[in-house]
Amino acid sequence: MSPIPTPSQTVGPFLAIGLVPLANADLVAPGSDGALWIEGRLLDGAGAPVPDGMLEIFQADPLGRFPPHTEAPWSGFGRCLTDAEGRFCFTTLAPGPVRLDSGELQAPHIEVLVFARGMLRPARTRWYLPGEAELALDPVLARIDEGRRASLVAFARAPARLVIDVHLQGEHETVFFGY
Amino acid sequence: MDHDEAGRPGGAGARGATDRADLAPGAARHLLGDKTALGEVDPRTIDPPYDAPGYRSSTRRSPRHPLLVLPPSVAERAGPLLGEGRVGPLDHDLTRQHPGEPIGERIVVEGRLSDGDGRPIAGQLIELWQANAAGRYAHHVDDHRAPLDPNFSGTGRCVTGPDGRYRFVTIRPGEYPWGNHHNAWRPAHLHFSVFGRAFVDRLVTQMYFPGDPLFAYDPIFNSVNDPIARQAMVAAFDLRLTEPAFALGYRFDIVVGGPRPTPLEDER
Ligand SMILES: [Fe+2]
Repeated sequence: MSPIPTPSQTVGPFLAIGLVPLANADLVAPGSDGALWIEGRLLDGAGAPVPDGMLEIFQADPLGRFPPHTEAPWSGFGRCLTDAEGRFCFTTLAPGPVRLDSGELQAPHIEVLVFARGMLRPARTRWYLPGEAELALDPVLARIDEGRRASLVAFARAPARLVIDVHLQGEHETVFFGY
Repeated sequence: MDHDEAGRPGGAGARGATDRADLAPGAARHLLGDKTALGEVDPRTIDPPYDAPGYRSSTRRSPRHPLLVLPPSVAERAGPLLGEGRVGPLDHDLTRQHPGEPIGERIVVEGRLSDGDGRPIAGQLIELWQANAAGRYAHHVDDHRAPLDPNFSGTGRCVTGPDGRYRFVTIRPGEYPWGNHHNAWRPAHLHFSVFGRAFVDRLVTQMYFPGDPLFAYDPIFNSVNDPIARQAMVAAFDLRLTEPAFALGYRFDIVVGGPRPTPLEDER
C-alpha cells in the first residue's frame, strides 16, 4: 500500500523566518556575462500587492539541461520573497529550449511556483522569454486562449531586463498549471 | 466558529474531471491507478483547494480559472538538488542556536521523507519554522501579546540521510490567536518546507500534534477535506524516539510526489 501523500498547507504570514536563510534570487551574479534580470509584482484579485509571498523558479541551463546533468554550480533554482510592494526579482541566464516527451520543442521558459499566506497550495506558472518566432511555435502556449497567453510572456523593458507580473486572480489572472 | 465565507462555491470536493490524455507519466499513475493503493483516501482530496471555506485570506489569493495540465517533459521530472553544503552542524537543533536555552518543552521530531511509492528521498533539504513556546514568532509582523524568547529564533534546517531520515530538536510551539474570525486560534504546529525529486513535488506543509483540541475549529487544518489525509499532517508520539530525561519524541513522515492529481477547479 502506498503511503498517503502529505497534504499541502499555507506558508502563513511568517514564512520569512524559515525561508529567507536559503533564499537566493541570483542564479548568477548580477552584471555577469549573459545575466538576465527578471522582475515583477505578485498581486491579488483586487490588484493589491502580496507582501507575504514567495516565488521559486526552476529552469534549464542555457543548453537546455537540468540537474544533475548541468555543470556545478548551476542548480537552476532561485527563491525570492516578495517585498512590501509585492515585488520580486531574479538574476539568471536565459534557459535553453526543452523538448516535451512527444518531441515537440518548447520556447525557452522558466518554471515558477508561487507561495503566499492565503494560499493553501502553491500555484504553478511559467515565464516565457520574449521572442515572437519561438513563442508562436510553443506547444503549451498553443493550447491557451490568446487573451490569456500574454500572462505567461515576460516583457523586455530594456536589453536583458524583463518584467512580468503574477496575478493570482481577477481580470488578468495568470495562467496556472496542474500536474 | 464564524465561517465568514461558508457556503461559497468551489470548496473542497468541488473539483471537476480531468483530461487523461494530458497527464504526465507520474500523474497518470496517480490519477488512474488503483485507488485502493491509498487505502480509503481519494487522491483528489489530498491537497486543499485554493479557495477554502472559512479561510479568509484565500478569498483574494485563489486562482479561479481551471488549471491547465502540462504535457510531460524532462522539466516535470527534474528538480533542484539542494542538500549538500547548505546546512550547518547545529541547524537541526533549535535549542542550541543561542547562548542560552529556550524556554519550553524540548521535543525531538524525526521522520522519513519518501516519494509516493514509499522510496526514501536522500540528500534533500528540509526547512522548518515555528512559534516559540508562548505562541509568538520572532517576526516583526507578529503582534501577539506573548513574550519573545531571546534564545529562540524558531528556524531549523536539515538534509535527509541515505534512508530519507531527518531529525530536529526543538521546543513545542505554543498555540496562537489570529484574525481569521472571532476567537480564532491555530493549533500548535511546525511549518515544514520540503524538496522532493522533482520541482513539481515541492511541498510546504504544517505538522500538528496529536489530540489538539483546536483541530475542530481551524479552517487551515480542515482545508484538507479528507479526514485520513488530515491525519497525515499529525505527528505521532513515539516512545522509541523519546529520549530519557531529555525530550519527548514525535514521528512525522513526509510523503511527496504521491497521488497528487490535478485539482481542476470548478468552472465558474
Ligand atoms: Fe504558523
